Amino acid sequence: MQLRRLGSIIVKELRQLRRDRLTFAMIIGIPTMQLVLFGYAINLDVRHLTAAVVDQAQTARSRELIADLAATDVVRLGHVFQSPQQVDEALRAGEISAALVIPPDFETRLERRDRPAAQIIVDGSEQVIQAAARQLAAFPVYADVGWTARTNGIEVVNFYNPQRRAAVNTVPGLVGVILTMTMVLFTAIALVRERERGNLEMLIATPVSPWELTLGKVLPFVGIGLLQVTIVLLLGDVLFDVPLRGSLLELYAAALVFIVASLSLGVFLSTLANSQFQAMQMAFFTFLPQILLSGFMFPYAGMPVPAQYVAEILPLTHFLRLIRGIMLRGATLGELWPSLAALGVFIAIVLGIAVSRVHKSLD
Amino acid sequence: MSDDVAIRATGLTKRFGALAAVDGVDLTVRRREVYGFLGPNGSGKSTTIRMLCGLLRPTAGEIDVLGYRIPRDAEALKRRIGYMTQRFTLYEDLTVGENLDFLAAVHELPRAAARTRIAELLERFRLADRHGQLAGTLSGGQKQRLALAGTVLHKPDLLFLDEPTSAVDPQSRREFWESLFELADTGTTLLVSTHYMDEAERCTRLAILDRGRMVADGTPRDLMTNLPGRTLLVETREPREAQRLLAGTPGIIAVAQIGNSLRVLATEGADFDRRVIEHLRAAGIEAHVQPIAANLEDVFVVATTAPAERPHAAA
Repeated sequence: MQLRRLGSIIVKELRQLRRDRLTFAMIIGIPTMQLVLFGYAINLDVRHLTAAVVDQAQTARSRELIADLAATDVVRLGHVFQSPQQVDEALRAGEISAALVIPPDFETRLERRDRPAAQIIVDGSEQVIQAAARQLAAFPVYADVGWTARTNGIEVVNFYNPQRRAAVNTVPGLVGVILTMTMVLFTAIALVRERERGNLEMLIATPVSPWELTLGKVLPFVGIGLLQVTIVLLLGDVLFDVPLRGSLLELYAAALVFIVASLSLGVFLSTLANSQFQAMQMAFFTFLPQILLSGFMFPYAGMPVPAQYVAEILPLTHFLRLIRGIMLRGATLGELWPSLAALGVFIAIVLGIAVSRVHKSLD
Repeated sequence: MSDDVAIRATGLTKRFGALAAVDGVDLTVRRREVYGFLGPNGSGKSTTIRMLCGLLRPTAGEIDVLGYRIPRDAEALKRRIGYMTQRFTLYEDLTVGENLDFLAAVHELPRAAARTRIAELLERFRLADRHGQLAGTLSGGQKQRLALAGTVLHKPDLLFLDEPTSAVDPQSRREFWESLFELADTGTTLLVSTHYMDEAERCTRLAILDRGRMVADGTPRDLMTNLPGRTLLVETREPREAQRLLAGTPGIIAVAQIGNSLRVLATEGADFDRRVIEHLRAAGIEAHVQPIAANLEDVFVVATTAPAERPHAAA
């Protein structure tokens, strides 16, 4: 290992990167785009569902109920039907997603409180709307006679505002997802490219060692990874007001360990791939299970046990535990050591295999 | 190993599965020689060169290069050799200067010395005005001069050049060979593979490889004079007819039409001109036949024709 040689490889790599506009754009673009996409678009907060009203009671209180529901913004009462049958048809046709049905004996039901006073029918075929159904079901129709007067706009808005919570959960996870996506892909491609373009045949006839070459090519990506972490955290703070309850330093330390784990995986894949295209395919092959099983998309606790075993192998699973712990619960690395240790084991095994496969000869 | 010998290999063999890419090659290259490897594609030139550099492990055989046992001492050898291939293996997305800076650092040249050396090489290879240009945008000849500059940057004692001129025009090829002789003048030993006869003829010593075996070895002049009387010039009015007739005749290796005459290569020299005349006359073709000096192509054809095709093969 010779420092000047290592430095010259890093400088060379950065120069190439600077001229590779597409990769450069991806380094900045992927975090920004994903953050905005996941932060805004993937959101369980439902607004303006097309809904219908069947008011068979036609009393003052039933009209108040309708007006209150309309004020929540969750539903947009665009249709007025005469019978529940019409609701059925409109739901099936997809014209409406929800309907408020107020029975003729609405007033009596309110007084006696033995049966639900009114009914909200929801299209259960869509997951998102189903989630909204649970929220709507909690609407205080059942309350005392005077409830409508006390129900003010703010109370409803708070109740139906999971938006803030969704972003808070998503942004820390996104740090991990973005690093997984870019770190594995970039390193695998960068290393294979050297071989594919014939540069490696020139390099192996020089005193460069495989260690220097691998390290020199991978180190710039550590910096790039930390840059991406910073972008996501800054945007998360500015756009979504995501809190950081733990230590920023520990957060970066955890990110660094995870970056090294992802880079190790990239180096390992590069020893298997013969072309940049293959490297890309392999990177996506490892990317998908990480996204699906790590707990980013679906809760870890809800997965079947075999899937949980697989998830334990994936570095993203452990990083999500680390970053959610640090950012949201204010935990310290000391408390989260099992996840940190798991990443360490992953690095040791994968990098060990990778380095044993990086030969400095052509056969 | 005497100090005079740069490369000595004995019984050098490389097998890829069942295929013997290089099969028992014995090779001696003296210092300051421009040693040529001549052979068709797939004859084992590249594989041999790669084994000599320590880039490939031989299946069998002994290699001694500049006093190093290869592949054991390959890493130490790499500081003293340069290796250049037909393909441009520098970075196309770095400038000329950046490429050379990078190689200087890789070879651990002191910074000041590197600057002087790079300036000198850019001047010598007429790239001084291209210093800030991306290597990928250079012409074929310029790329090749840059590659050579990068290969000799650390003043190697021994250069391995694997078909270095395959991708450039004739003018660049001539210039390139001038550069090679300049290097040889300064004491560098060169091993160059080629499939161009004119290039092979310029080497101080030549080995012809065919299907992994070395089938001839000597100075180009010796190789050519070792074919006395075996090359005949046949002048006739019916060259096509005569060629058809002679092509299938025992004792004749090759018949090539050159303009209106035929160039005939025979397995043995003695008296063959008369037999050709008689053979043609029997078929009713009048011809004037005279022995001519063999060229390197004749040597190559004789050497690479399988023994089965030449029953009276001369050693």
